[in-house]
Amino acid sequence: MTTLHSVEMTINGKTYRVNIEARTTLADFIRHSCGLTGTHVGCEHGVCGACTLQVDGRAVRSCTMYAVQADGASVTTVEGLAREDGELHPVQQAFSDCNGLQCGFCTPGMQMTIASYLEENPNPSEADIRELISGNICRCTGYQGIVRAALLAAEKMREAR
Amino acid sequence: MKPAAFEYHRPENLTEATEMLASLSDAKILAGGQSLGPMLNFRYLMPENLIDLNRVPELQGIAHTEGVIRIGAMTRQYQLERDEILHKKLPIFREALRWVGHYATRNRGTIGGSLSHLDPAAELPGLCALLDAELVIRKKGSESRTVSIHDWPVGFMQPNISEDELLTEIVIRPWSVPHGFSFLEMSRRHGDFAIAGVACLVSVDSQLKIQKAAVSLIGVANGATRLRGAEAALVGSAVTENLIETAGQEIDQLEAPADAHHSGAFRKRTAKTLFFRAVHNAYQDAVARRTA
Amino acid sequence: MGVRNLGAAVHRIEDGRFITGKGKYVDDIRLPGTLSAAFLRSSEAHARITALDLSAARNIPGVVAAFSLRDFGPQAMQRMVQAYPNPAIKTDITPYPLALDEVCYVGEPIAIVIAENRYLAEDGVQAIVLELESLPCVIDAREALKPGAPKVQLAFESNLSATLNWKFGDIDKAFTDADHVFSEEYFQHRGSPHFMECRGVLAQSDLVSDRLTLWSSTQSPFLVRRYLAVYLGRDESSIRVVAPDVGGGFGPKAVHYAEELVVAMAAERLGRPVKWIEDRRENFVSTNQQRDQWWQVSVACKADGRILGIRAQCIHDNGAYVPYGLLLPNTSVVPFPGPYAIAAVDIQLHSALTNAVPTTPIRGAGRPNATFVMERTADTVARELGLDRAEVRRLNFIRKEQFPYETGAKLPSGVTVQYDSGDYHQTLDMALTASQKDTFESRRQEAAKRGKWRGLGIASYNEDSGLPPYEGATVKVLPNGRVVVEVGSCAQGQGLETIVAQIAADYFGLQTHDVLVRTGDTDLSAIALSTVGSRVAATVGPSVHLAAQQVKEKAIRLAARDFEASENDLEMIDGRVCIKGVPGKSVGLGDLSRRLIANVNLPVPEGFSPGLEATAYHTTSRPVYANGSNVCEVEVDIDTGEVHLLDYWVAHDCGTIINPRLVDGQIIGGVVHGIGNALFEHMKYDRETGQPLCNNLGEYLLPLATEMPQIHLQHMESPTPVNPLGIKGAGEGGTIPGIACVISAIEDALKPLGVKINEYPLSPERLLELIDERRYHKAS
Repeated sequence: MTTLHSVEMTINGKTYRVNIEARTTLADFIRHSCGLTGTHVGCEHGVCGACTLQVDGRAVRSCTMYAVQADGASVTTVEGLAREDGELHPVQQAFSDCNGLQCGFCTPGMQMTIASYLEENPNPSEADIRELISGNICRCTGYQGIVRAALLAAEKMREAR
Repeated sequence: MKPAAFEYHRPENLTEATEMLASLSDAKILAGGQSLGPMLNFRYLMPENLIDLNRVPELQGIAHTEGVIRIGAMTRQYQLERDEILHKKLPIFREALRWVGHYATRNRGTIGGSLSHLDPAAELPGLCALLDAELVIRKKGSESRTVSIHDWPVGFMQPNISEDELLTEIVIRPWSVPHGFSFLEMSRRHGDFAIAGVACLVSVDSQLKIQKAAVSLIGVANGATRLRGAEAALVGSAVTENLIETAGQEIDQLEAPADAHHSGAFRKRTAKTLFFRAVHNAYQDAVARRTA
Repeated sequence: MGVRNLGAAVHRIEDGRFITGKGKYVDDIRLPGTLSAAFLRSSEAHARITALDLSAARNIPGVVAAFSLRDFGPQAMQRMVQAYPNPAIKTDITPYPLALDEVCYVGEPIAIVIAENRYLAEDGVQAIVLELESLPCVIDAREALKPGAPKVQLAFESNLSATLNWKFGDIDKAFTDADHVFSEEYFQHRGSPHFMECRGVLAQSDLVSDRLTLWSSTQSPFLVRRYLAVYLGRDESSIRVVAPDVGGGFGPKAVHYAEELVVAMAAERLGRPVKWIEDRRENFVSTNQQRDQWWQVSVACKADGRILGIRAQCIHDNGAYVPYGLLLPNTSVVPFPGPYAIAAVDIQLHSALTNAVPTTPIRGAGRPNATFVMERTADTVARELGLDRAEVRRLNFIRKEQFPYETGAKLPSGVTVQYDSGDYHQTLDMALTASQKDTFESRRQEAAKRGKWRGLGIASYNEDSGLPPYEGATVKVLPNGRVVVEVGSCAQGQGLETIVAQIAADYFGLQTHDVLVRTGDTDLSAIALSTVGSRVAATVGPSVHLAAQQVKEKAIRLAARDFEASENDLEMIDGRVCIKGVPGKSVGLGDLSRRLIANVNLPVPEGFSPGLEATAYHTTSRPVYANGSNVCEVEVDIDTGEVHLLDYWVAHDCGTIINPRLVDGQIIGGVVHGIGNALFEHMKYDRETGQPLCNNLGEYLLPLATEMPQIHLQHMESPTPVNPLGIKGAGEGGTIPGIACVISAIEDALKPLGVKINEYPLSPERLLELIDERRYHKAS
């Protein structure tokens, strides 16, 4: 058994402290040590994007990061996208409005990727969105509803500003 | 696909990092983790020790001085993308970085990691070769040494660095003359490894003839390759389609290994087509900037 | 009655939990004390197991147990149940849940390690000492059928697993009467399913109730329960199988897998819940695929393009075992003649064992393959005779006046193949008009100026959906007035909860979201079969209708008696039975339910059976036939072999549409899957060693958003008379013609060069080869 590391991080505003092996991926830490199963694991080699969440404000793949690396970090997962009072993030609402999901497995990663990106680029073109989500694989929807959802969310977020 | 167990070490500064490299056996450096992570998850690699460089401040940052850009090895790909001064001096970076992995991988992946991994299809080594970059290497207890990018690969995915050494900085001297650029890549899907890619810089004289050219090829040979013969052929003459075609014939001479997914011949064929288009585009761009 | 839900683009019920990360997929289910499992799998395509030593694994701290099949005791030493027995199978071999002495494909499970977490379980697997003695193997199904080929299974001298014949009409006469006979050969490959959620099983053995509960990422909980019961020698009622939220199925999750059995046995042995989650690398070698087919096709036609008959021979890659009967090969031949009035068909398919993971249906099963053959054949006739491709289709389509249309074929069950309804000419015209085919030529010329070659592809199809024999539903009104619908059927993204709720809601004047739907649990009352073959909407839908109708009638009858009113004067609004035109005079469904449930010594209303609920099964002996036509426009770069997909049009008829939003989503997803098959997806194997050459998603190319065209949809509804709601199936209608459509477009783009494309997947490198053959041959 290798050294156990004490890892502490804030996830969706709440602090978690757990002792774990260094090889524990951030994805497994969040899902199994913290019980937040909204983040999904699809490939464990950084290709499918299902595990995408935010670490210190940037979208990252949690399957290629170790929990120890996020010690002291502020993490946001899909469970933290909606507001405290339950109001959905514009990206979430748009996904439902535009039929951007079917089985729902890629959805958290898709939403986190898009929500992060829209903070940096509030006025993307369709080509921008397709290039963005080329890092997220969906087997159900064929992407068209997801693209529409992203563009609708961008519009709503611009209006709200 | 869970990694085998390892001991995890996180140096807080460069001195600690070099000390760890010198003292730990069977150690791998953890930079962005976008290439290493999957290899550990597949258990293709099972190092005893992992040295995480993500909190070593001396390895971060892009410094601009007169005629020189110094990039810390742990600079993230997204930081390179967004640096406005870098973009102004070397617009080819932002264009090429669109093809490096995906949005989320660029938030973690580093230039040092990419250069150390040395995948033959990787874009950043290709840009470094294009610009004759110099790499600064440090180790515990001795002076830093500088290696030209052209001496950096010593074998297939093998950089010129020993187990106790650390790549700390990449030094680039942009061209001082106005020039046009083009970066073209062909891959099966966006973000996939390049089948072939061409990075090209061209500068023209007052007669609109090419006075300086640099062409770097990725994905075809065992690593990023400067096409010196093509560059020499392009300089001086009037630019015609025939000239570009002839210059591109250097690609035919390259060794292009096959893999399970592409033949070497196909890679070279693709490279030649991209070369033709990239030189053409870079030339047009150079002319436009000159006459603007 | 209020807002009608059936046919409306209602927001999905499922969305609420999926967009907030509150879905419950099998790996999200947390039971105290759960252990994690990992499997040791064969690293060779064919070998004898000469040594297996689990002791080092068992000695690792944190590893709780390790089992080979022998460790589970004598009752475990049997092969798995054949899911779909068929006398035509010559090599009726199913696997042992863990291989005993022989392994027949890379990935075949050999042992299971159970530990406190998956990391330790994998450490355990790594520590196992396994010795294999290599045996000759064969990967190419054509090679497998040649005399002297290596034996895929030591038990069988011949690798010929089955021969299927699909024959009707007078084929000899068709070829004698023909003005022309054209022959072509086709290669088809359908790859791997790669649902985003890998498979997984969580098993719990409850000593108190002596029940075994399995949560499995499956499309068929009732079938899994059935086969578990047979294998374990238990009553079905002592086993509960639940399909929780499932992240995509596409066919291969409808199969019962060894891991379900082994994890169940481990849970029983250890008295603790055991969970196994497949990782993506395992998925590449242990989830079923749908791989190679080689076709030789001859078509007999008249000079005007009328097709008289089709002859074909197919060699089909079955994989190493036959766990799923002949469902996949059958669906490759039964679709003939498709939407065409072709009088004679004679197809022979030879299914061959190979040393790779078994092949079972993926989205469309063999239908995209059969459609590819028919559509390329229609294109061949057009090409060779210099006719317009759309005209050849119009000439040969079944006309709408001919429905119901008997094709002349008979299924093995004796049922004749009869297409119930449709208008194939209309869907073709709709697609062509939308694509602006009339002005295509000018677009082609404009592209040529830019050095690009533009082409238009056409593909039509029909599809046997809503497969017999039945599905069921229970509709209940709870004492608190809540309407609950329970269906044993389950979904993997199709929106089953929503369409079930939509149908039920209309009967009680409710909003869709007021109805509570439960799915995929064998403890629920209605028996179910499987979510496959675009069958659920057309079978579950009508069952819900029947059950809801019965509940409504009972409620109305009781209320009518209480109000002393005529039943015709009553209506349902917002879950209450109201008297038309008399506001304030109403009774809630909950009240009626409580009356009918009554209590000890409290009578149930006279003439009524207890409770306000009903279970109904919609049974059918016939599938219902959806249809459509697809058109797509592409540009080809003949210097790089790249294909740029510009636009894609679908005209689709799936009968009555329950929720247009869901149908659209299914079709678009299906088209993209078809594009994936046409241009990207190739599950390659080393022909010599049988080693898979793709083991990650960077090598196996799934379609991504950047390469997909805009997909434009049009619907027409020709309700089927076969079920009361007129519903047909929609789940596979995008994939079935998609491959042929894309290939047809590329071939059209390269028509000036005379390039013929008879294969898929088509990589840029391969396309360049085909182009070069014509381009440089011509030039020289």
